Amino acid sequence: MASQLSGNSKKRLGGTSHVSFLKHADYRWLKISAALSALALFSYALIDVEPRHSGSSWYGYTLGTIGAGLILWLALLGYKKRSIKPGQWTLKSWVSAHVWLGLSLIIVATLHCAFQFGWNVHTLAYVLMMIVIVSGIYGICAYTILPKHLSANRGDMTQAEMLDNLRSIDRQLHDATQPLGMELATLIGESLSNDPFQGSILARLTNSYPDCPTHAAFVTVSAAAKDRSVDNADDLVRASQILSRKVAALSNIRRHLQLKAQLEIWLYFHVPVTFALIAALTAHVVSVFFYW
Amino acid sequence: MSAAARAAQLGMAHILLEKTDHLSDTIFRYQKGKHVMATPSQLVLRSDMDFDAGKREKILQTWNDQAASQNVLVRYRSEVTAITGGPGKFELKLADGDTINAEAVILAIGTQGNPNLMRCPGGDLPHVEYQLDDPTAILDEHITVVGAGDAGIENALGLAADPEQRNVVSIVNRSADFSRAKDANVKALTAAAEEGRVTIFTETSTNRIEADHIVLDTRDGELRIPCNRIIARMGSAPPRGFVESCGIEFSSKDREAFPILSPVFESTAAGIFVIGALAGYPLIKHCMNQGYDVVEFINGNVDLKPADEPILEAKFRTLPGKRSVDEWLDLLRTQIDILRELTPLQMREFTLDSDVSFVRKGDVVFERGAPGSSLFNVAQGSVHVQVSPTDSSIIVPIGTGAMFGEVGLISGRKRGATVVAAEDSILMEIPRTGALKLIATVPTVKRAVTRVSIERQLLQLFKAGLSPADIADVVESAETISVRAGDAIISEGDESYDIYVIRVGSMVVERTIGGKAVFLSYLPAGSYVGEMALIEGGRRTATVRAAVKSEVIKLNGDAFRGLLERNPALLDRLKVDMATRKDVNAHIETMKSTFSDVSDMYSSVASFLVENGIGEATDVLLIDEKLCVGCDNCEKACADSHDGLSRLDREAGKTYAHLHVPTSCRHCEHPHCMADCPPNAIHRGIDGEVFIDDTCIGCGNCQRGCPYGVIRMDKVPPKKPPLLNWLLFGTGPGPGEPSAKWSKKHGNPEAPKKAIKCDMCSGLEGGPSCVRACPTGAAIRISPEQFLSVSQMQKGD
Repeated sequence: MASQLSGNSKKRLGGTSHVSFLKHADYRWLKISAALSALALFSYALIDVEPRHSGSSWYGYTLGTIGAGLILWLALLGYKKRSIKPGQWTLKSWVSAHVWLGLSLIIVATLHCAFQFGWNVHTLAYVLMMIVIVSGIYGICAYTILPKHLSANRGDMTQAEMLDNLRSIDRQLHDATQPLGMELATLIGESLSNDPFQGSILARLTNSYPDCPTHAAFVTVSAAAKDRSVDNADDLVRASQILSRKVAALSNIRRHLQLKAQLEIWLYFHVPVTFALIAALTAHVVSVFFYW
Repeated sequence: MSAAARAAQLGMAHILLEKTDHLSDTIFRYQKGKHVMATPSQLVLRSDMDFDAGKREKILQTWNDQAASQNVLVRYRSEVTAITGGPGKFELKLADGDTINAEAVILAIGTQGNPNLMRCPGGDLPHVEYQLDDPTAILDEHITVVGAGDAGIENALGLAADPEQRNVVSIVNRSADFSRAKDANVKALTAAAEEGRVTIFTETSTNRIEADHIVLDTRDGELRIPCNRIIARMGSAPPRGFVESCGIEFSSKDREAFPILSPVFESTAAGIFVIGALAGYPLIKHCMNQGYDVVEFINGNVDLKPADEPILEAKFRTLPGKRSVDEWLDLLRTQIDILRELTPLQMREFTLDSDVSFVRKGDVVFERGAPGSSLFNVAQGSVHVQVSPTDSSIIVPIGTGAMFGEVGLISGRKRGATVVAAEDSILMEIPRTGALKLIATVPTVKRAVTRVSIERQLLQLFKAGLSPADIADVVESAETISVRAGDAIISEGDESYDIYVIRVGSMVVERTIGGKAVFLSYLPAGSYVGEMALIEGGRRTATVRAAVKSEVIKLNGDAFRGLLERNPALLDRLKVDMATRKDVNAHIETMKSTFSDVSDMYSSVASFLVENGIGEATDVLLIDEKLCVGCDNCEKACADSHDGLSRLDREAGKTYAHLHVPTSCRHCEHPHCMADCPPNAIHRGIDGEVFIDDTCIGCGNCQRGCPYGVIRMDKVPPKKPPLLNWLLFGTGPGPGEPSAKWSKKHGNPEAPKKAIKCDMCSGLEGGPSCVRACPTGAAIRISPEQFLSVSQMQKGD
């Protein structure tokens, strides 16, 4: 390789090599998390607590303290990611630790409660924690699988450009509608007044819009355009071409919104339930000490 | 004319010989309605004629009226064909056969009559013109203006001024910046380009001219555009034949050199005085002052000081040794190598722009890492350059007459070394714009600067304890070649063995395998290539072509071989570098049989990156879209690290094979933004970052100059409430860039817009925030040499 004047920028970027958050630092946090879980499992099997394992034994308290500490620390990511202060750390390393240590909670917390469940605030905290973890696992999957589809779907377009494109098609469509008959014009008018962001969360997540007025208008207009004998045959063909472009543009943007929604939806469970979990956890800890 | 007016005022016998049938032909030939400027503004006008910036017509009117009222004797249509005789008894032969006798002659003929000609094929076609009289008379044409000095810019603007004329106007400039033109003109031109009225081609030259097309060599390759008329305004040279026939000597053989003059404008032919553009000073105000002065001198007023005398006097006041202004100027001119060929008049001009200072032994001239792009010259004494950042005892002496600081001048980088005065010295500091102008207008300066920078670049590149004496023959043989984008300097299979050092731009190395070019490596500016054939003999093993328009220094193979024989340490060093390169070659060789989609993918990712400006980048943000979840945390962190304004647009930009190049600064080798910054506020920092300092005036030139659209002009928004207040109580706009609405409500409406761009989070611990804030590891910053690993990773996944 050519010799070149050296720069020290690489040194400044320590720890930001080109690997994903899961593989960060050669799976450091997976290793730590696995070690923690293994230690918990081993000690659970080896340590004989009288009369039986429970959350209120010394062993249970130890695991409980570790678990509660982990939950609070994991929740801090929400603050950390919004506060990128200078320093030798990267958010990726935090996320990596968050993910792997978060998964270890399944073992730590389950062993802490020693499989004792009931209709009480303790089990509520456990269930909320499991909801947070399961939504987090969905998040990991989404973050691993979806980005490449998002990238492939949008190509070089930004979301704003997609919307601009849609608006410019709408303008052409509006002009192309003028020479058409009343019936078709009303049909296309519905497509024009349709908001691309309309539709339920479910429609967005599943990308199914069965009542899409644009699609309906396209089907009708393109069928009408097949009849070359009518006076305004050329106008119909033009309108149907523009509608077909709009259908394509809409499907592109809807796919984009679907992927974005799938990438974000879990956070609407993960984050609020975390707050509920912290509340339930507080109640759990307070009640345990109150009835000690 | 100013001289004639002075003579008339003094009651001296005079005659103003005018070649045409009107006065002030230069201004008369300006295009109609042209705004004539009165620069330099700090200079006082000393003439019997009035002159103020204004329209061509108004100025001509004023002068015609004043010439008449002051009884200036004019003889129109009088072209002088020869001047004979000596002081007191000159004979001027006129074209119409008459002879005029004179005691003294003042030549104020300018250089307009002798324009530099187009020398490319087709340059002699009839639609190539060197003069534009009335831009409003040209309708419905494709016009290319060649040369972006003031004349060229004004012609282009005139032609494009009225959209009704339906002219398509392009202007072609050989370099990246407009150092020859006045600031106001450059601004007007860039504004016109922004409105789409004029197309600017910078770093472009004319390849050939066809009947109704012109073929240009642009930065990115050859371009053929329609063109019905070419207006070439590439400057002019003195009408040397005539001037020399009068017995006047020139300072050098260069085509653009000026006559040798005494401080009173007297040429080597006693009794003949030269003023104005022919003397090397094209500005109207100076010409008028000189006209006044020279008549005073001839009249015996030897004590008269030029109008700029007080300004210079103030500059020299702090220097030791009481010398007069003229003595100082003479000292500077004779002592400093690059100024030696300047006329005393040009010397005055550059001294007006420059600073002369006295430093005591041990004083630091500038420190390593300090911003600054001016050129220093040692007029007296010497300085030491501390080349090592850690050991201040390793020094390179620079003696009287030599220059330093040229690296900062050429690259705009921060100072690379600390310079300390070795003894009491006098230094002349020429600011960047002045120095660029000097290089552009005085050919010998350009050669001197090029030579010194080649020598220093080689010393820095090959290190190995070389001294300037060691590499003298190599430098002597060196040749600077500019290479168009895509052209090869070395072709696989050739038998040459010269060495190339990349001075500007960058190169890609390729091998042809199975008929396809396979990308081997990337060479940024500051690398060398071609040593393999020199050391080992044999044919070239790979093709090296320019990724962007580049400049290489070609070192003669034989001279370099001699250098290697004398310096075995250098040979060893080259062999180490060569071994790495051979490994890559061998690797490609072994993969020959299995070559398939993998290598295609690899080459195409690399070429995508080069096309997106990474060829000239030093450090670029890339986003691996297999990992990017679109959270925009990079943008938010960027805004929060820098006054609340994000310097990157994640979503915009091109993507190839899931590798995305967002709109964000690439920190180019030779930043386009730096080319035209009036306050000179853009610099290169110590980590290679290109940044804009606080002196930004918000003119927007850099934004227009950036081909990648990464500079934005915006107001700095007000400070946000702390993050916790937002998290807990919802006050303020939250992380990231505040909405325009919030900023408007809380901000200062009077705040000026400034240019905002990435500074690579210079000075922040941990490095760039965008990379640190990426939760998934999608955002990476790479330098071009790291292409290979990035594209390989892509391929491996």
